[in-house]
Amino acid sequence: MTDPVLFTQGLCKSFGALRVTNNLDLRIEAGARHALIGPNGAGKSTLVNLLTGVLKPSSGRVWLNGEDITRLPAAERVWKGLSRTFQVSTIFPRLTAFEAVVLAVCRRERLLRNPSRLLSGCKPQAEEAWDFLGRFGLTGVADRQMGELAYGQQRLTEIVLALAARPKVLLLDEPAAGVPAQDSEALFSAIENLPRDVAVLFIEHDMELVFRFAEKITVLVAGESFREGVPAEIASDPDVRRVYLGDEDDE
Amino acid sequence: MMIASVLELIFNGVAYGIVLFLIACGLSITMGLMGFTNLAHGSIVMFGGYLVVALMKGFGWPFLATIPAAFVVCALVGAGFERLLFRRLYSAGELNQVLLTIGLVFISVAIATYLWGAGQQPLQMPAYLNARLSLGLFEVSSYRLFLLLVGGAMTGLLALVFERSNLGAQVRAAVDNRQMAMSCGINVDRLFTLVFAVGCGIAGTGGALSVNLLGLDPSFPLRYLVFILIVVTVGGSGSIWGTLIAALLLGICDVFSKYYVPEAGAFTIFALAAVILFWHPQGLFGRAAT
Amino acid sequence: MTMVALRSLEPVRLLAERSRWRAAEFVFWSFVVASYFLFPGYLVLISQILIAGLFALSLDLLLGFGGMPSLGHAAFFGLGAYTAGLLGQMGWGEPISGLLLSGIVAGVFGLVCSLFLSRLRTTAFLMVTLTLGLLLREFANRWSGLTGGDDGLSDIALWPLFGVFRFGLSGHTAFWYGLCVTFIVFLLVRRLVHSPVGLALEAMRENERRAVALGISPRLMVIAIFTLSSAIAGLAGALLTQTTSFVALEVLSFERSAGVLIMLVLGGVGTLYGALVGAAVYLVARDVLSALDPVYWYFWLGLIIVMVVLFANDGLVGLSQRLQARAVRRWEAA
Repeated sequence: MTDPVLFTQGLCKSFGALRVTNNLDLRIEAGARHALIGPNGAGKSTLVNLLTGVLKPSSGRVWLNGEDITRLPAAERVWKGLSRTFQVSTIFPRLTAFEAVVLAVCRRERLLRNPSRLLSGCKPQAEEAWDFLGRFGLTGVADRQMGELAYGQQRLTEIVLALAARPKVLLLDEPAAGVPAQDSEALFSAIENLPRDVAVLFIEHDMELVFRFAEKITVLVAGESFREGVPAEIASDPDVRRVYLGDEDDE
Repeated sequence: MMIASVLELIFNGVAYGIVLFLIACGLSITMGLMGFTNLAHGSIVMFGGYLVVALMKGFGWPFLATIPAAFVVCALVGAGFERLLFRRLYSAGELNQVLLTIGLVFISVAIATYLWGAGQQPLQMPAYLNARLSLGLFEVSSYRLFLLLVGGAMTGLLALVFERSNLGAQVRAAVDNRQMAMSCGINVDRLFTLVFAVGCGIAGTGGALSVNLLGLDPSFPLRYLVFILIVVTVGGSGSIWGTLIAALLLGICDVFSKYYVPEAGAFTIFALAAVILFWHPQGLFGRAAT
Repeated sequence: MTMVALRSLEPVRLLAERSRWRAAEFVFWSFVVASYFLFPGYLVLISQILIAGLFALSLDLLLGFGGMPSLGHAAFFGLGAYTAGLLGQMGWGEPISGLLLSGIVAGVFGLVCSLFLSRLRTTAFLMVTLTLGLLLREFANRWSGLTGGDDGLSDIALWPLFGVFRFGLSGHTAFWYGLCVTFIVFLLVRRLVHSPVGLALEAMRENERRAVALGISPRLMVIAIFTLSSAIAGLAGALLTQTTSFVALEVLSFERSAGVLIMLVLGGVGTLYGALVGAAVYLVARDVLSALDPVYWYFWLGLIIVMVVLFANDGLVGLSQRLQARAVRRWEAA
């Protein structure tokens, strides 16, 4: 068994008396396609916030690539190779998609430390950004402001932005949420074609997406890891059906 | 005697603090409730003061009769501005709000200068407010005692309405969570206008009461803007008790520092405010941003 | 059609387009230079406009690009002004080193403040910057042994620029000196906003959460940009001292903090040129309107601000761009 690229040890988070994450040990292997599912209120969003550094855990640790990142601020976790997307489309309304991706590439290459470099002198970065957008079929709208893009295109651009940091772990927070049906196929194929060396952890409600891409599934219930296994095991597990899949129709 | 002078200073500080509370509490509630940064709040206070001057000098009204008049007129003016102008800017960001209301401050300064001249307005108080009274250990001016009593009564009434009445509950609910309040069937639009009007009314009353304490000239809104904002931010916007405590704290500190270190001027107050804000940017009783 | 055109474009051209010098910019700066010959009687006013424009430019960097509104920016302007004044009083009258030193002092103070301010946003940021400005003004007012208090600083010795050009009452030296400093700083700021750092700054303004997710540290950005903005404000303040040989307590006043904000919004936030245009319109209007009656200048000022907020949110530069766009559409339709 290889070392996991991202893992947590005894991760706990309480808000007052309410324990939202309870002693969680999560292991994400390098290059994994790992889905995190669970009923509403299971603590998925809190876990995302703990992993990305938006929240500080009450106790426990987060390790990325063999390094303890528990105390690192959110931005520095990105430097270490943990990128994310957001549940609700989170964009720069008045930047063009191209500018945003160029910025992501320039940040990765530490050009933000060099204020004397003009954007027009960032040829390799611009070409790389263009290439990224091309892979997701977005060059046609590259010079449009992100606020004007269709929702599905915004979601795709967000994935491009996360990838442009060349992460080791990519955290997709409900990537299919709110995407209209006619755009979802483009999104699904984009997720399918994510580079294999990037470990993908996705938090998702859409079971079609989960069972299509996941190679491993963790079921989160009440802040604890309830079951973990390959999709076939999870799908046939009667307890999982009871706590999660059974009430899926209600949502 | 030492103790007597300290007691007198505390008394004066509390009277000053109550006045600061009256002129600032409306802004605190409207900032907490609507998120509207209204820098023109001091103009309403000044307007209340000039109204007293106009009614007393122009129409021979007795001082006491002008106080309720100031409340009513200032509340109506406030409601008018809320309906016609401020409403359009609730979602426009604080920069636009700040600019628009600074603009209104400048306009009000010019209008006050045009109508009443640039100088201080001396106001002849009735004789019973010009006396010195002995309170056993120390002597106080009857004017300050009057401020303290009227201001204290208004504060108590306000707290009672805020904490006990249905209206107060609606305001508190809307400060906490506007979406939730709306979905509970609270008419937030009407509530805003009403709260804005009451806030302006109290501010106008504060201005009316304090003409001889704070002084009155056209630069009043700019001069006291700072004190009002400090009271609101230190107290934490939307918190009536926070505003009261901040106002009393600032009032007492100001009176003491002017007595013991007059050369420091307003420096003490600003330094105190800066320290509190650096230490607790949401104010003493404000909720931390989430 | 557009897709084909875009594909054939080199991607880097899209970026170059952002920072291309436009014809209107050449016209603008030519006009500024020409104003020396066009309005020889108003050189003092024009120098004041350049200085105010530089000050507004420092705020544009903070507000227009970083999205942080300050209500106390005069603190840094005033600090620069007093530093230059004190240097002159202590006998060091060399203009350029005095200017740079004043900028550095204001920048260092800005750095210290930004360490605290980097935690704050929006209303809290406004209130703390406001308090900071008041604090500094009151400090200068009370510590009159150093600052001259209400009387300000006078008798500031200033040596001729490069040992040749004297700062006289006619304002010739002040004009060229102010123009050169403003233009150089403008070029640097223009470069900065068209660099990856400038893009990161805009990203912060647009959506901080998303910027953090790209790995941009908001704390470092706020500290860097606030420090730079303070230093530029300090340069502007020092220029004012050097060209007028006088420091008034007013350089630290709330009116100046509010005034620079108004100039910027009047001209157009986030456009760089808006800072200079706004300063010109503001100061010319003040000159004309307060000549009619100094009191009612406040009335007109207030009215202008209210109108700008309600009807021309993007300022004069934005307005002219909209008019230009409309003219182009008409012309193409014809």
